[in-house]
Amino acid sequence: MKTAFVRRLQELSQKDDDLLVLTADLGFKLFDNFRAGTTDRFYNVGVAEANMIGIAAGLSLCGKNVYCYSIIPFLVMRAFEQIRVDIAYHNLNIKLVGVGGGFTYGLEGFTHFGLEDLSLMSSLPNMTVVIPADPLEAKAIAEISLEYDGPMYIRLGHTGGPVIHDKAPDLKIGRAMILREGRGVAILATGDMVYTGMQVVDMLSEKGINTTMVNIHTLKPLDTEIILQIASTHKAIFSIEEHNIRGGLGSAISEVLAESGYSGVFKRFGIREGVARSLVGKSDFLKEHHGLTPQKIYEKISDLITGV
Amino acid sequence: MEIEDDFLQYEEISRRVRISVLNMIHKTGSPHIGPCFSIVEILVALYFKSLNASPESTVDPDRDRFILSKGHACPALYAVLSERGFMSREDLKGFAVNGGTLEQHPAQDLSRGIEVSTGSLGHGLSIAAGTALAGRVDSKQYKVYVLLSDGELNEGSVWEAVMFAGHHKLNNLIALVDYNRMQALGGTGDIMGLEPLGEKWRAFGWHVREIDGHDFRQIFDALSSLSTEKPNVLILHTVKGKGVSFMENQVLWHYRSPDDEEYEEALKELLQ
Repeated sequence: MKTAFVRRLQELSQKDDDLLVLTADLGFKLFDNFRAGTTDRFYNVGVAEANMIGIAAGLSLCGKNVYCYSIIPFLVMRAFEQIRVDIAYHNLNIKLVGVGGGFTYGLEGFTHFGLEDLSLMSSLPNMTVVIPADPLEAKAIAEISLEYDGPMYIRLGHTGGPVIHDKAPDLKIGRAMILREGRGVAILATGDMVYTGMQVVDMLSEKGINTTMVNIHTLKPLDTEIILQIASTHKAIFSIEEHNIRGGLGSAISEVLAESGYSGVFKRFGIREGVARSLVGKSDFLKEHHGLTPQKIYEKISDLITGV
Repeated sequence: MEIEDDFLQYEEISRRVRISVLNMIHKTGSPHIGPCFSIVEILVALYFKSLNASPESTVDPDRDRFILSKGHACPALYAVLSERGFMSREDLKGFAVNGGTLEQHPAQDLSRGIEVSTGSLGHGLSIAAGTALAGRVDSKQYKVYVLLSDGELNEGSVWEAVMFAGHHKLNNLIALVDYNRMQALGGTGDIMGLEPLGEKWRAFGWHVREIDGHDFRQIFDALSSLSTEKPNVLILHTVKGKGVSFMENQVLWHYRSPDDEEYEEALKELLQ
């Protein structure tokens, strides 16, 4: 996903003289072509994320279209206060590209997990939060982000992740994407979990349960219209995200549902408990532990909709 | 506005600025009069002579930039901007009041000469370095000045930026350190020793000058003999609360706002 994003950005950089990319010494090999093609557009600022955000702000104040790249916790958590003041408050044209959503960096451990980023970033003024679900969406967001004038957080997930689309998707910021129209039951997912959601939808339809599948690629601004529409036509709604259930997709949807007076079944799938220190494993192993596999989600949903 | 090198004139402007700051702070019960008074001369020197910026062209891409990284001392900046015509006297009346015009930390407003919102220490130098880098990328001739407090140098992000600017030899960047040797709760030497301060910057690849930050002759001399090879830092030896005898070198006046009696006493001294 990150390769698709950076490759597209590099192609587009020929068209935008003001494009600059900063990295805090991460992205091994990822930026090689970029560096070769555009030597004065790429700066490795060293392992110094707070400074990277300030540098980006200074560049942006002078009209540059700046992208900052790092692994999620270092980018959005280490430098959060710089992002809050220098980027969000000033409403600057800076794109923050965070890699490693959820458990992407499984064996690297807790320091590298991206479990709170959506909560942090969507709480900031002026910040747009987007999460592509596959490489074609990442490519589309690279294109959109280049034209977009303002702060944007782009959360990238697993390398070589699943493929949702077979052609360029019609992706519009702030407008959720209905991937499957069903009746009664709806799954709303984001990022890598969209593919997981699609697998659950397939499993449910084998049992005769026609399920609606929605890809929420933009967490902020949230497409409340679609959510309200789904609420008015579905008796059970489920959210899936590879993120802490507090402050992410599930929280955002539940806020809309609660205020709408929704009386159907609603359940959030995400990281519910703390991350155990003793739990060592790759991403799939960790997701299994946290109940984020298609099978486990399917079983839980089946229980919850029985008799509804 | 061009003013001849008549130091008396700069001193007279400085006196007016201090009175303006005293009025703003007394009227609103605001903090930070001490750290305002230590930076008056450098601000006057910049805005009335060295800085290529004017109220008529606040968004000119070629203008010099000034960033007040020690944002808590913004009453001094507001007073200087008002003296120089970037903002009005009315604007100053809106300082730190409900529904007013100016906060106790500056919010970006290019039309009134405020380049960047500051108030959280440790941000300004990075932003200034990015602005300087943009100038290099675009082959612009502007300079970027950023004023830091000494206590601010406790922030790790400052040293990330110092290292970055040194590495990239950002010779259009001028850091100004208000070295009044006092921070919020006490002396810098007691809280987090900075010495040898000049050596630290030098070791990071900067051209260093240490001067009396209240002496216009030394300030102008330093500002007119900057290195063209490296980023420059002027370590300004200053006095916290400068200009009012009972405020000078007293950590109390980092936060304390003068009561009516103290106000009258301070005004009397500044009018002498």
